[in-house]
Amino acid sequence: MKFTLSWLKKHLDTTASVDEIAEALTDLGLEVEGIENPAAKLADFQIAKIVHAEQHPDADKLRVCKVMTADGETQIVCGAPNAREGITVVLAKPGTYIPGLDITISVGKIRGVESFGMMASERELELSDEHNGIIELPSGEVGESFADWLSANDPSKVEPVIEIAITPNRGDALGVRGIARDLAARGLGKLKPCTVEAVPASFESDIKVTIDEDTLDGCPLFTGRLIKGVKNGPSPEWLQQALKAIGLRPISFLVDVTNYFTFDQNRPLHVFDADKVKGNLRVHRAKGGEEILALDEKTYVLPAGAMAISDDNGVESIAGIMGGEHSGVTEETVNVFVESAWWDPVQIALTGRALKINSDARYRFERGVDPEFTPMGLEHAVRMIVDHAGGEASEMVVAGGVPNFARAYKLDAKRVQSLVGMDIPESEQRQTLTALGFRMEGDMAHVPSWRSDVQGEADLVEEVARIASLTKLEGKPLRRASAGVPKPILTPLQVRTSVARRMAASLGYNECVTYSFIDQKAATLFGGGTDATRLENPISSDMSHMRPDLLPGLLRAAARNQARGFADLALFEVGTAFHGGEPGEQHVALSGVLIGRNGPKDVHGASRAVDVFDAKADIEAILASVGAPARVQIMRNGAEWWHPGRHGQICLGPKKVLGIFGELHPKILREMDIKGAAVAFTIYLEEIPLPKNTSASRPALEASELQAVERDFAFVVNADVEALTLVNAALGSDKALIEDVRVFDEFIGGSLGEGKKSLAITVRLQPKEATLTEKDLEAVSAKIVEKVTKATGGTLRG
Amino acid sequence: MGRPFSFGPQVPSNTGQMGRSPCAIRAGAVIAVQEKIEGHDMEDLKSKYLGLIAAASDEAAIEDVRLAALGKKGEISLQMRELGKMSPEERMVAGPALNALKDEINSALAAKKTALADAALDERLRSEWLDVTLPTRPRRVGSIHPISQVTEEVTAIFADMGFAVSEGPQIESDWYNFDALNIPGHHPARAEMDTFYTHRAEGDDRPPHVLRTHTSPVQIRAMEAQGAPIRTISPGRVYRADYDQTHTPMFNQVEGLAIDTDISMANLKWVLEEFLSAFFGTKVKTRFRASHFPFTEPSAEVDIQCQWNNGSVTVGEGNDWLEVLGSGMVHPKVLAAAKIDPSIYQGFAFGIGIDRIAMLKYGIPDLRAFFDSDLRWLRHYGFSALDVPTLHGGLSR
Repeated sequence: MKFTLSWLKKHLDTTASVDEIAEALTDLGLEVEGIENPAAKLADFQIAKIVHAEQHPDADKLRVCKVMTADGETQIVCGAPNAREGITVVLAKPGTYIPGLDITISVGKIRGVESFGMMASERELELSDEHNGIIELPSGEVGESFADWLSANDPSKVEPVIEIAITPNRGDALGVRGIARDLAARGLGKLKPCTVEAVPASFESDIKVTIDEDTLDGCPLFTGRLIKGVKNGPSPEWLQQALKAIGLRPISFLVDVTNYFTFDQNRPLHVFDADKVKGNLRVHRAKGGEEILALDEKTYVLPAGAMAISDDNGVESIAGIMGGEHSGVTEETVNVFVESAWWDPVQIALTGRALKINSDARYRFERGVDPEFTPMGLEHAVRMIVDHAGGEASEMVVAGGVPNFARAYKLDAKRVQSLVGMDIPESEQRQTLTALGFRMEGDMAHVPSWRSDVQGEADLVEEVARIASLTKLEGKPLRRASAGVPKPILTPLQVRTSVARRMAASLGYNECVTYSFIDQKAATLFGGGTDATRLENPISSDMSHMRPDLLPGLLRAAARNQARGFADLALFEVGTAFHGGEPGEQHVALSGVLIGRNGPKDVHGASRAVDVFDAKADIEAILASVGAPARVQIMRNGAEWWHPGRHGQICLGPKKVLGIFGELHPKILREMDIKGAAVAFTIYLEEIPLPKNTSASRPALEASELQAVERDFAFVVNADVEALTLVNAALGSDKALIEDVRVFDEFIGGSLGEGKKSLAITVRLQPKEATLTEKDLEAVSAKIVEKVTKATGGTLRG
Repeated sequence: MGRPFSFGPQVPSNTGQMGRSPCAIRAGAVIAVQEKIEGHDMEDLKSKYLGLIAAASDEAAIEDVRLAALGKKGEISLQMRELGKMSPEERMVAGPALNALKDEINSALAAKKTALADAALDERLRSEWLDVTLPTRPRRVGSIHPISQVTEEVTAIFADMGFAVSEGPQIESDWYNFDALNIPGHHPARAEMDTFYTHRAEGDDRPPHVLRTHTSPVQIRAMEAQGAPIRTISPGRVYRADYDQTHTPMFNQVEGLAIDTDISMANLKWVLEEFLSAFFGTKVKTRFRASHFPFTEPSAEVDIQCQWNNGSVTVGEGNDWLEVLGSGMVHPKVLAAAKIDPSIYQGFAFGIGIDRIAMLKYGIPDLRAFFDSDLRWLRHYGFSALDVPTLHGGLSR
């Protein structure tokens, strides 16, 4: 919303400066987004006088002028037809920036004659579209600043324009008068009365208006007056200036009047060319499918239920949003029907959204237009039209009635203190509300008709506090939730998430935050991409589906980094993945990818391609860091994006998957454009069981005084026997004695024969009561061999 | 040297001779034997073998000397054997002397051995010179994303003020995201939020779910679950369909909520000023501007004092103001929607962009880069794995 100081002063009697007003507005909640000062761009222009002008020797349309400036006489070549001796002009010296041309003037030769500057037209200074000649000033001294001259002689052209952002609740501030009212309440001036002497009715309107019964909820009130015998044409200078200053293009007087009241009083109006209206006007709901060519020269098809204004020709206006081209006024219009109606915000919003029309009228009706001002707004407009364009006005045509939104709330003066913490005397609170248009009756505050946003007692407090200024509010310490040291506030899952994140980073992974939505192809590759997780209005096709897994986002990030020349990567992310489209169908995961080599080539020859056991080591370290149980099962049958033979799911039982690690399927890597080896892991943080024992106390340390003994065994087993099976069998053969079993060698095929392999283990035995004798060792060895043989079908390697 | 307090009779002092007093009785005889065995023989043996030891150049030479002196047939061993033939008096003199010589040679041998070993070690070490300026085996260095780091910083501050951390669905029903927050169906604020909607199949007439446009729905859920009084913050991802220089369709927010019987906007102002000063590590002046949010009343936008220099901004000094957050007193309708009685309870809520304050604090210029995962960016703006922000250890890294 833009306005100028002079426009504001039509409603506000004030001596405040632009800066004071801007500061107050921002503080009041009408945030100033910018102040445009046209004088700023004119600062370098000076007034000069042409003392002599003669034909250019070499060009018919150019004149060579001797110009008197503050620095003496200078020569300027000029192409304007009106450049002649004796006129007072606006001079741009070399080095001056010309806003309308976007160039900086320099000394130059024009057809062989030197020129030291330029004399400007209005368009070149962005003062108007006038470009038939250079500016001729009626007064002004040589050397005087042009901006100063304008301030003194034509101030509207150099007036600062203030632009404010209006929050959706403040429809009333979409009119200059509403802004003035807030400023007056703040004490920055006095709100001027706003009255109009209605134009007397000379005849009964030929055009009558009806509202269909089923449309009264959307249009409770429609008023109009027919004016006959107007002379349309350009608006008077002041009106054109006012509209241009706030960025509107003057069209014709009748149209400009509607725009003026839209911005002056937040009162959108519409004007029909009465001669093009056939029969009467009817406000009704569209059946759906009706077409209308609107004033923006586009054709719209009305959705069923949208409100429309029709005559015997059909739809003439998209009610409250945009009029139709057919019955719109033109320069030739002599009989005009002026509409001032009140449209329901919700219905306007629905239709506006459906048709995607963003008009000033829609914007205002959506945010709330003063219903009581409907007939008064009409009288203002009719008065302005008749006064300037002549004609005679009919009596007012009225359909429906002013909707009654009257309401009052109790002003509890103490609420300002208890809710806001400001000490404002009751009398001042009442005064504030009165200044804002509330009618105080005892302690009841009757809400003015233009403040549809005020819906409760809390709003009264807000108004009082806002006008008093929240900037002045003094902070007050918040009482501690409990005395003493604050208690921990994170849930176990939150703590674990943080620990897991920092563990992953300390293992050398860089944390990424990738978008929660990804492209359908990537989503589909990782088990998603269905309609359940599809966005209706994605910002691009790259972001169409909620991610089913964190890996596709990480792989996309890895591919981008590889494209930048980083082949070896360790990336991870902690975040939410979505297994469905309903609220709550999400889970917290930590995924890591290792791509390429474990490091750059180096003098020690340590660089090698990453492999599954890197991913396994890292997932195990992270699981351990968050207290996951050490004894787990490793299952296969993970999802299809893993290498079928090179992945493992870390499980507690067949249904409890804590995480998964492995090589990614080569097809996936190709699809995701990843070069080199790639292994990955994912941890499902919510799945990790919490410890049953919540006591801080640890079990006692059992450290035996007796020396531990290690014995090695090698078994020949079928190649598909898993090491963990063998290890678990060995561990189980004497739980009291065997502390640890480690696999230290694997040998496949060779002399063992096809389909066989040898697995060698070290068993660590920790005696608790007495040193192991040779006999003890033999006994336990026999048990180990027996158990392993039974579990694996293998034999002790001789 | 007498004893100042002595009660017994004074004995003539022979201090210094006490240990040898038995020998002293026969002092004359001892001297005679000593001369016989020690004499020049002892001195010669000593100087001969010490000389040989000193001259030995390796382990084998030392062994030769040892055998010559102390071996079975060694010169000193043979002399030791002679002791048996001596009279007790002679032996009493010669024995200790020979033993002393043997010890001396033994220790000289040991010392020489050590010296030789040391020399050999020194020689080896000299040959084992390494260019220690060579790089190590590469070790990957990980990093924590600024969003995670700043979220932990924010959490640490609010935890101290008794705020818990709530989390909730990111795909949310429109009731939790809008209606419960006093944003009814056709409120212009809905359109202004650039909401993402989820797809509904043809014929499915349920209102579409939304990607939460703020973390406020988490607060509604927290109030429903916990009731009042409550203090909680809800950090997390939020979504709005907007993508340009300064907007990304996903960003991170932390919202705060404190509800009790007596919490006022003055408390809100204090909490935010305390938070901003703790977060930025410098006293930050704030400006509360009246504003409007459907879910709070009164509402205020909060600006912080800052200074712009060549496009970069310094917080806590200068004459400019920068908007950083929205806040207000929770609307009675919102409390009622979350089943909290607004006639008893009141309180404040606020919302801050985590990415935005991360940019301000750590001088990160471009929001879009947060989500691009450019390794160079992650390394440059990321944080060390073990830099856990705490109030006692400091929040800034």
